[in-house]
Amino acid sequence: MVSTKKDPVLAVLSLSGGNDGLNTVIPRNNGLYRDSRPTIAIADDQLIPINDDLGFHATMGPLKKYWDEGKLAVFLGIGYPNSSYSHFRSMDIWHTCEPDTQGSEGWLGRVLKDLDPTAENVLTGVNFGRGLPRALAKDGVPVASVGDLETYGLLTGIEGTDQRSEALDVFGRMYSPAIGRGAVMDYIRNTGTDALKGADILATAPSMYTSNVEYSNTSVGQYMKNIAQTHLAGFGTRVLYTTSPYNGFDTHANQAALQAGLWSDVSATVDTFMTDLRDHDASDNVTLLFFSEFGRRIVDNGSGTDHGAAGVAFAVGENVKGGVYGEYPSLELNKQEEGGNLKFNLDFRSVYTTILENWFDLDAKAIIGSSHEKVNFL
Amino acid sequence: MADQDISLMAHLLRRAAFGASREEIEARAAKGYDATVEEFLNPDQQAELGEDLLYRLQPSYYQAAAIEVNVQMWIYRMINNPRQLQEKMSLFWHMIFCAGHSKIDSGFEMGNMIELFRENGMGNFRDLLYKLSTNPGMMYYLDNSESHKVALNENYGRELLELFSLGVGKDEGFNYSEDDVKACARAFTGWNIAPPYPPFPHGRSPWEFRFDPADHDDTEKTFLGETGNWDGDDILDIVCKQPATARFISRHLYNFFVADDVQIPAWRLTPLRDAELIQGMEKAYFDSGYDITAMLRVLFTSESFKSEEVRFAKVKSPAEMVAGTLRLVDDHREIKPGLFELSQEPKYMGMDLMNPPTVEGWHTGREWIDSGTLVERINYASDLLGNTSLPGVQALVGRLMGQGATMSPESFVAGCLDMIGPITVDESTHNELVAHAEKSGELKHGNTAEETEFTRRTGEMFQMIASTAEFQFE
Repeated sequence: MVSTKKDPVLAVLSLSGGNDGLNTVIPRNNGLYRDSRPTIAIADDQLIPINDDLGFHATMGPLKKYWDEGKLAVFLGIGYPNSSYSHFRSMDIWHTCEPDTQGSEGWLGRVLKDLDPTAENVLTGVNFGRGLPRALAKDGVPVASVGDLETYGLLTGIEGTDQRSEALDVFGRMYSPAIGRGAVMDYIRNTGTDALKGADILATAPSMYTSNVEYSNTSVGQYMKNIAQTHLAGFGTRVLYTTSPYNGFDTHANQAALQAGLWSDVSATVDTFMTDLRDHDASDNVTLLFFSEFGRRIVDNGSGTDHGAAGVAFAVGENVKGGVYGEYPSLELNKQEEGGNLKFNLDFRSVYTTILENWFDLDAKAIIGSSHEKVNFL
Repeated sequence: MADQDISLMAHLLRRAAFGASREEIEARAAKGYDATVEEFLNPDQQAELGEDLLYRLQPSYYQAAAIEVNVQMWIYRMINNPRQLQEKMSLFWHMIFCAGHSKIDSGFEMGNMIELFRENGMGNFRDLLYKLSTNPGMMYYLDNSESHKVALNENYGRELLELFSLGVGKDEGFNYSEDDVKACARAFTGWNIAPPYPPFPHGRSPWEFRFDPADHDDTEKTFLGETGNWDGDDILDIVCKQPATARFISRHLYNFFVADDVQIPAWRLTPLRDAELIQGMEKAYFDSGYDITAMLRVLFTSESFKSEEVRFAKVKSPAEMVAGTLRLVDDHREIKPGLFELSQEPKYMGMDLMNPPTVEGWHTGREWIDSGTLVERINYASDLLGNTSLPGVQALVGRLMGQGATMSPESFVAGCLDMIGPITVDESTHNELVAHAEKSGELKHGNTAEETEFTRRTGEMFQMIASTAEFQFE
């Protein structure tokens, strides 16, 4: 168990679209790697070596810093049995931990229920982006879903500050509890009151925030900034979640340029985020997980790569024990997953189990629904 | 025209259609309730949406593989299909016969499935079940394509009984046994798809249903007490003649069109809210030989449906919120930019169309609402209703101005509530709205400045009303 005075916080950055693990953490001495990827293999002099066998994509310099500090965990061969090649289904599986049936509850929704059973704090979980990822879905667990922190709130379409604050006053009174209006009406009024409370609190985050760093002006950059702002505001938020632009990592074509852009953004943003928290002396109780729903095909298609199986994921934080976890899946034909893909050897639920038990001190099996060996990165 | 006629017609249009502009409500009220019901019940006699034009304006729609394109065009149909009840029934069946893109992974197949519901959703229930059971998307989604004579997969066999026809139980009893599930699944072996999944690495081609006699278990089975060498077709015959099926479909119709019932797993042990109406629909089901339209006729002409008690007794689904508000403000009545963003709104409100969370579908009623989805619902509706440049909103402002040269705050609020619904709000809500209107005093529109201010205040009042708890209901 990690000892930390402040409550542990988890931030998650979901990389939507299926990131190409092979060109992210590159098996640089493996001849089969270059043979398989005549078009898009990363040249040896362009990658950033991290040990004798592996190198980061050239754009991942900012992350190398955390590797050198021993604060970056790299998960290789991560996935689950019978990998789905559908973005939606595979992301669902990562969200719900249910590879065999369709689950409707998210693992982090269950975490929130355990951390705050009576939903005392309406901001225990906050998502940045429109609509709730299934990871955070659970009946009776309020999660604010913030499209834009600067403008988040109710009745945002009303022009004029005075008009809007007057309208919100009326709203507050209209939603105040009334007796005997029927159970559903009472419930909606309570929910509206919670939403208003949450929005009022969240709205103060940007104005309380000052910083020496500048986040990139991308969706990932701005949402990670929102995560930092919310964390630094001290609302008691324990789970912060965001997703990169939908299917942005789905690099079927023109991968070399696309992936360079994606990873220079993600690497720079993660570095900015960590620096920001450190500057505020607020990094010691945060772990950031970033993952994608699957990896990509071993052999390139002449321009990009198609949907694959096992991929890579990362965790960074002051309490993270840096290093490589899992093994690089074999690229040899007879050891591949059917269809020319990497076979997983590290179940993502092992990573979740570690987070649940070593970070949140929760019963992982009750949340994940099955037992998985931990990987000791926390 | 009597106010109660307008109220009743508005109620019918919120339920049998995706709402309507004020103009349409009044025109239909003039035509009469029964005549409007009959018109809706006979969509073949109504104007069509005009597919040809749709394809020409949106060429990518034809057999579009992208799910977003299919969802977007479905929202377009909800807003614009003159055959509104038919479109509503496509949503009704999608919410019962749940299959989702997360597994099927093809916008084209999902679009086809909704089209199946649109074309057959008001016809014969047995025909509909047959088409469902030979729909390749459904056969794949519920693993019937993985069910073989020598290796049975019970998924479709079970869900057909539990979720698509009989229901687990009724009046506290159980409707089928585990042996019935097995017999049912065995009868459906060999009902498969071609070409098989997975599509990767070679991409996919459209699916079709394929019956594989060699993979069909042709031996004797006992299903719901009847013994024979049943195949899927025979199973549907037996299923459709069960009183439990009549009950289950009637109860679903009640829950969708009349008033929110408890969640489906609780139906076996929970008495009906309106036994007389549901029994009336059950009778129509058998009398007509399983005709869904006959059941709908009983529902819409019943006194229970028309009663004030059930008005605003249902929480709007996200699809109804999105399409209904657009019909009220009269926007996106033709193909134009901006529909894509709007078609994402149901997802933000917790209803990812064509991608239900599980085969059990969405939990409805109050479960549509949580603190995240409520913010989305309120901001969506108030942004549209407060936009006084939209034709439907302008028309409402004009009508309010037509009510007199000056307007007291009290009659202004009453007028706004009437225009948006007519919607009835709690006394406390009403008092807050009036108190708010009183702060700016009487309304006039004698000159341009007064007109501008009248318009502004109306837009603002519409926004306030759209933000009420009452507006979450239909």
